[in-house]
Amino acid sequence: MKILVITEQRQGKWNNTSFETLVAAQQIAAAASGTVSTVVIGKGVAALADEVASKNVADVSIVEHDLLDSYTPDGYCTALKQVVESAKPDLVLFPHTYQVRDFAPKLAASLGKGMIGDCVGFRNEGGKLVFVRQMFQGKTAADVTFLGAGPWFASFQSGAFRADQLAAHSSKAPVNAVAVTLDAADIRTKPLEVFKEAKSAVDLTQAPLIVSIGRGIKAPENIAQAEALAKAMGAEIAASRPICDEGWLPMERQIGSSGQTVAPKLYLALGISGAIQHVVGMKGARTIVAVNKDQNAPIFEIADYGIVADIFEVMPALTEELQKAKG
Amino acid sequence: MNILVCIKQVPAKDAPLAIAGNWIKESDIGFEMNEPDSYALEEALRLKEKHGGEVIVLSLGPERVKQTIKEALAKGADRGIHIADDNFAELDPLGAAKVLAAAIGKEKIDLVLTGLQSDDHGFGQTGVLLAALLNLPHATIIMQIDVQEGSSSGTTAPRLMKLKRELEAGWFQWIECPLPAVLSIQSGINKVRYATLKGIMAAKKKEIATVTREALGVSAESTQKIEKIYVPTKTKKTEFLTGPPKEVAAKLVEKLKFEARVI
Ligand SMILES: Cc1cc2nc3c(=O)[nH]c(=O)nc-3n(C[C@H](O)[C@H](O)[C@H](O)COP(=O)(O)OP(=O)(O)OC[C@H]3O[C@@H](n4cnc5c(N)ncnc54)[C@H](O)[C@@H]3O)c2cc1C
Ligand SMILES: Nc1ncnc2c1ncn2[C@@H]1O[C@H](COP(=O)(O)O)[C@@H](O)[C@H]1O
Repeated sequence: MKILVITEQRQGKWNNTSFETLVAAQQIAAAASGTVSTVVIGKGVAALADEVASKNVADVSIVEHDLLDSYTPDGYCTALKQVVESAKPDLVLFPHTYQVRDFAPKLAASLGKGMIGDCVGFRNEGGKLVFVRQMFQGKTAADVTFLGAGPWFASFQSGAFRADQLAAHSSKAPVNAVAVTLDAADIRTKPLEVFKEAKSAVDLTQAPLIVSIGRGIKAPENIAQAEALAKAMGAEIAASRPICDEGWLPMERQIGSSGQTVAPKLYLALGISGAIQHVVGMKGARTIVAVNKDQNAPIFEIADYGIVADIFEVMPALTEELQKAKG
Repeated sequence: MNILVCIKQVPAKDAPLAIAGNWIKESDIGFEMNEPDSYALEEALRLKEKHGGEVIVLSLGPERVKQTIKEALAKGADRGIHIADDNFAELDPLGAAKVLAAAIGKEKIDLVLTGLQSDDHGFGQTGVLLAALLNLPHATIIMQIDVQEGSSSGTTAPRLMKLKRELEAGWFQWIECPLPAVLSIQSGINKVRYATLKGIMAAKKKEIATVTREALGVSAESTQKIEKIYVPTKTKKTEFLTGPPKEVAAKLVEKLKFEARVI
């Protein structure tokens, strides 16, 4: 099986999920006797290509063009379609980044193929590759297989594989430049400046203790209860996306793929379901405590301590116990 | 400016899910409008209020999805299209997008809006696939849409949008995109409105056209197959603390202090 991994870089800096996907590719190759080829796409990416060439890959393709300097879905699809057509892989893998979800389904469709997106794992069942992804917001997992001939397209969720398991190689893999034809008229959208909203006043990445609230908090006036609990613990307050979307807490307190990624000593999740986009931002916490009235909430899959209960009963009781413990 | 919004009906957030084969048991649970789709609908209504035109909502699914179409009409959409398909859950992302695209292709549309991701299948692909199939430019994870007005005489339709696109980790990017186009809308882009009583009454007179996949001439060949769905296996061993609130709280403080040693 020939596997092609499309890595992601922005302005010459890796998106580290690329390496996790390389690990996935190496494991699939090991399970299904395959080879792993890698693509680095952009402009001025020779140094990055050189870096991947030292990993355990068969070869590295550099896809460079002036029109690939900034990412556009049209530019990437036009270029990568040519790459896939000439490389003829059986399986094309991507890291499941915001950029990939913006173009990869279209790339696959332009070749008349489908994509299994956002996978968290795979299995080789008697020669058949089974991809595992989540459905129903993480409440169920699904085994998905490809139908029909390749190339097949799949992306792996951030954190699904560990980049530190990437096998290095003693000798460098060959690096080839692949020429692609691109015309400015192919590119219909125009990328402008990249920016951050008002600089965040709190750096949750440094907070040792975090009390985080989700939609279970129900109404903004209830946040005071969680804040009292955070205060008794000496913790920072944080939230899932819907709380910040509603404007109940500022966006700088949002944890997850579009917010902050934290790794505190303690993460106390109150009324948070545990959707994957939230979990990628906090699963590095040393100790995770979840309070949720639904015993099947996905957050319990990663919690060290779980309490199946109403947060409005637990919050005041816990605040009191913490105050008592402090004396 | 004519805007079409793709709206999926999904199980209600708090619905207890029971697995049945490679889907869920649909009896006994409530359904609602997919969350990002309600933001997409709101955005469409606001654009219509600013620039005029029509808002059409499109939903593919069994009979039950008509309720969600009605809700959109009550909020202010002008008409609805229901693609009736009891087996929609078996469609792969490309298959579903082909059906939606076939229906959209019959309309004169300036802008197609989808939600970013559905709460049930969660493919996160439909908007991008629609753009590919309709050969339109697209952008995803959109948090702001500024339509630049057309010529000063006001006779030409708007031709360009400035969009705020969300990137990872709190970053954003402005991009320019010509019309017509397909945009995938992220939750939180606006504050969604509630349907008024007047709106609910007005909706009763609005049209919901029904078509079928067969009538649209789309075959159901799939590129992938859901073999089975199941409750995910745990990666960590969770210790559940039980008892009345006071007792549970005391146990937790004890654990955090002496076992986990984090407070
Ligand atoms: C591209 C993309 C990016 C995203 N980025 C992020 C991100 O950065 N961060 C993020 O958080 N999300 C993000 N999301 C959204 C994510 O998918 C989920 O929708 C979101 O995390 C859900 O938030 P929640 O758990 O608070 O709400 P819900 O999913 O509604 O869960 C609420 C939970 O509270 C429980 N509950 C309700 N009442 C009580 C009570 N009284 N006592 C105890 N428990 C109760 C319920 O059982 C439920 O489990 C993103 C989504 C997409 C598609
Ligand atoms: N059956 C459907 N009917 C109408 N719109 C849909 C349907 N499936 C997906 N969509 C649209 O596509 C978006 C993304 O869905 P998905 O690709 O399944 O994550 C949704 O938010 C809807 O706007």
